[in-house]
Amino acid sequence: MKTFGGPALFLDRSDINTDEIIPAKYLTEITKEDLKPYILEDLKLPGFDPKGPKTQLARVVVSRANFGCGSSREHAPWVFEVNGITAVIAASFARIFRQNMFNCGMAAIELPKADLDLIFSHAGDDDAAMSIDIEAQSLTVSGGGKQKTIGFDLSPFDKALVLAGGWVDYADTKY
Amino acid sequence: MGKTTAEKIFEAHLVEEPFPGTKVLKLDVVLCHEITTPIAIDDLIRRGKDRVFDPSRIKAVIDHVTPSKDTKTATQAKILRDWARRHDIKDFFDIGENGVCHALFPEKGFIRPGNTVIMGDSHTCTHGAFGAFAAGVGTTDLEVGILKGVCAFRQPKTIRFNVTGALPKGVYAKDVILHIIGKIGVNGATDRVMEFHGETIGAMTMESRMTLCNMAIEAGGTSGICQPDMTTVDFLWPFVQGEFASKEAALAEYSKWAADPDADYDQVIDIDVTALQPISTFGYKPDQVKFVADLPDTPVDQIYLGSCTNGRLEDLRIAAGVLKGKRIAPTVRGILSPATPKIYREALHEGLIDTFMEAGFCITNPTCGACLGMSNGVLAEGEVCASTTNRNFMGRMGKGGMVHLMSPATAAASAIEGKIADPRKYL
Repeated sequence: MKTFGGPALFLDRSDINTDEIIPAKYLTEITKEDLKPYILEDLKLPGFDPKGPKTQLARVVVSRANFGCGSSREHAPWVFEVNGITAVIAASFARIFRQNMFNCGMAAIELPKADLDLIFSHAGDDDAAMSIDIEAQSLTVSGGGKQKTIGFDLSPFDKALVLAGGWVDYADTKY
Repeated sequence: MGKTTAEKIFEAHLVEEPFPGTKVLKLDVVLCHEITTPIAIDDLIRRGKDRVFDPSRIKAVIDHVTPSKDTKTATQAKILRDWARRHDIKDFFDIGENGVCHALFPEKGFIRPGNTVIMGDSHTCTHGAFGAFAAGVGTTDLEVGILKGVCAFRQPKTIRFNVTGALPKGVYAKDVILHIIGKIGVNGATDRVMEFHGETIGAMTMESRMTLCNMAIEAGGTSGICQPDMTTVDFLWPFVQGEFASKEAALAEYSKWAADPDADYDQVIDIDVTALQPISTFGYKPDQVKFVADLPDTPVDQIYLGSCTNGRLEDLRIAAGVLKGKRIAPTVRGILSPATPKIYREALHEGLIDTFMEAGFCITNPTCGACLGMSNGVLAEGEVCASTTNRNFMGRMGKGGMVHLMSPATAAASAIEGKIADPRKYL
């Protein structure tokens, strides 16, 4: 199983799409590692710098509704993975992106608005971070001297994929 | 309680339900292209599992960047080509025979009503036009599909769209789907199948139904689905006539996939197209739509006709009808990419290519190319394209470029005027 948690990167907008996460022109790269410098390259948000230290240090992304909409490219989870980000927390996800995350043994965690707003209240904290316990289905957000633990839902299948580290070996054994 | 089309297909293909709500389905067709498949192939080799579940059920094409533009894209093409040869995948389409996957595969008759179809491409929902369940997936799902012929899905709910009324002049399937996306939003159908019913859909050609289903993903939909009817049978007849005594027999067989009248829907949405007008997007999301009449003075730099949404013969005929005897504005570049070699040849024989060239268009080979900013028509920063494609995300056709989505007729009219223009005065 992958490790989860660490400094959080806040992307405060709905409908962040796959082309913003990794532009199509980089889909010609053959290895996942080659995608690394291009993370979120085309995302335009006030105060956000795709090359900045917050992006480089991040281990968790926090965003709003319909995260990962658009293309089926698994390059979107991969570019997070090779940059050390193994979890995305959002109000909701596009279907293919969410499945791709779990298929890679990563976590796409949906939270109700009140919980997400509480996490976003730490967006201004330089030390905003998250610890995530997949087994217990709980996460703790901290920053600015405060912290709070929140439970989250995870379907049994999604959880099995995270614990197994992905879908390929699981399926080859079973089918 | 009756069943929706997707529910019938899920039931007929169910392998198991390993966890509540997760259904593993047997796949009828696994489609592959050179952007998302090579990493799956590479991973299978690394795992010592370089196998395919059934070479006759796997179809592959090089379409996104073709002919290859550089070493990287040539390598992607080579990985797919070598793999297809190694595993004796007969339905592999390379230079000379290749075209945009979601136009080429239906043209070959590969998709049938009731099929389950996956591809590492979000616009796989197109194939639901045939009454199939067709879903875009990532590379890992594709890899398992190639290896085992199965895919796991959450059972999607279904939204039923009752589309009624005759399409007004200058209004097409593209305008209908843009209108629907504008109405329900870019995540209005997430984890949902969009099932299209009604007289408007019944009167549509298979080409138009593919345009409609192609953009289901732009509302977050898992698959668009149209109901199989005699139009479906007529399209497939050259491929299936050996299987049935008559077209009526084929229709009877295919109709078993039609939704039951008492099926249970997540939502039912009525769409009356009678008052619809030509539509264009205006922002960076496909649900930001306006009537063209409400977008005055919107200059464009490039016109793009093509793609899995609107690069079929019907689309070329409509655009050529607008352009006949006219020149495009001196301030714009016109690019046409017929979606398959067959469409290209038919357009040549019908004189459509002459019309486009006389109007000042450049004709490229069939490829996805410009639609996702890969090749053959990438925009410069600050440039604007009037496009018949399906996605207008910021930078989609080139960093800093803007895309307006519209029908082939509206794109052709916009080419003439050098700005977004209403096609009705040219029809």
